[in-house]
Amino acid sequence: MSSPPATARQLGLLSCHDCHLLATAPTSAAHDHLVCPRCGAPLHERKPNSLARTWALVVAATILYIPANVLPMTITSTLGTVQVDTIMSGVIYFIHSGSWAIASVIFIASIFVPLAKLLILVTLLLTVQFRSHWHPKDRTALYRLTEVVGRWSMLDVYVVTILVALVKLGAVATIEAGPAAVYFATVVVITMIAAESFDPRLIWDALEEDA
Amino acid sequence: MHVVACHDCDLLNQFPDKAAATLLCARCGAVLYRHRPDSIDRSLALTLGALILFIVALSFPFLAMKSGGFVQETRLLTGIRELWRQQLYGLATLVLLTCVLVPLGQIAGLLYLLAPLKWDLPAPHAIRVFRLLRHVAPWGMLEIFMLGILVALVKLGKMATIVPGISVFAFGLLVLVMAAAISALDPPLLWDRLDRRR
Repeated sequence: MSSPPATARQLGLLSCHDCHLLATAPTSAAHDHLVCPRCGAPLHERKPNSLARTWALVVAATILYIPANVLPMTITSTLGTVQVDTIMSGVIYFIHSGSWAIASVIFIASIFVPLAKLLILVTLLLTVQFRSHWHPKDRTALYRLTEVVGRWSMLDVYVVTILVALVKLGAVATIEAGPAAVYFATVVVITMIAAESFDPRLIWDALEEDA
Repeated sequence: MHVVACHDCDLLNQFPDKAAATLLCARCGAVLYRHRPDSIDRSLALTLGALILFIVALSFPFLAMKSGGFVQETRLLTGIRELWRQQLYGLATLVLLTCVLVPLGQIAGLLYLLAPLKWDLPAPHAIRVFRLLRHVAPWGMLEIFMLGILVALVKLGKMATIVPGISVFAFGLLVLVMAAAISALDPPLLWDRLDRRR
């Protein structure tokens, strides 16, 4: 292996996002409409407008995260009495009924993971923007973590889907999905797209350019 | 030897052509290649299994709830229909996509890719299908729905008797078989076999 090890960009190569083929970038500025010779995916040196897109999505998700937690997730009617539950009151209900395992699963999937994901993305965006050299390997690992873990926040949306299907016991009890379910699902979708639009190679670019 | 650029840090890594191992990026530790023996046969067999399990999961009763004199029986799609009835159209569509349409599409797409490779048949637009499969993969969320079933069971277990149907067991198996089918894939091998420039 040649030393020091080179990156694709330093050698003027483009790596296809979809099939990972290495293609030679033309020297002209006509980078806009390049497609992968093997799979036809658009080729970019880095994901286009990665920082701006990710920022926009992170801000949108943060705003929507508030109604998702404040508004009711489910509305349960039992024999004339109506009970309104938010995500957090669902967690508290399980703690009181002694189901610690389920309480922690819901807390982790619905409250901790979305918050942690937003915090990690903001940290990554800020460190890239300020061209930080701080622990690039750990920051890349954090990025991979957000990609893998983010989907699990859909859990509560599915729980609500199953509850509304099961609890339709005539006049005795019904459960309806509350407005928070929609906000919450939107937060999960937006943060998934945000993680996808962030380009972790930007973390390493600052190190090479300043070297 | 061949050269691979790391998708996470852009470092060029040099790897032997036929490595029976997992290969990591030398700088950031990303997994760049996982060896998958008999990839096409295995993922084809597992995908067929997934298709059968999915059909079973869709056609039999899913869960039934007994409380007092009432019995409420549901199927896999009941919850989605109920969300639609409550005018939560976006939410219903999202659940339908992530738990039914995307996984079914993945199964169909994999069969379309793998069967022609196995028996050397022509498959027009196979490359486009494979690209699409890679893009929709994070949106198939069967395993999360399965966890949702468990949470819902605990939640309702105190107020009613829940009777799991055949469909739930098929669904549980489907989650495992589907995960196995996807992890048996060897994407670099597939891209190479599908490459029309050769």
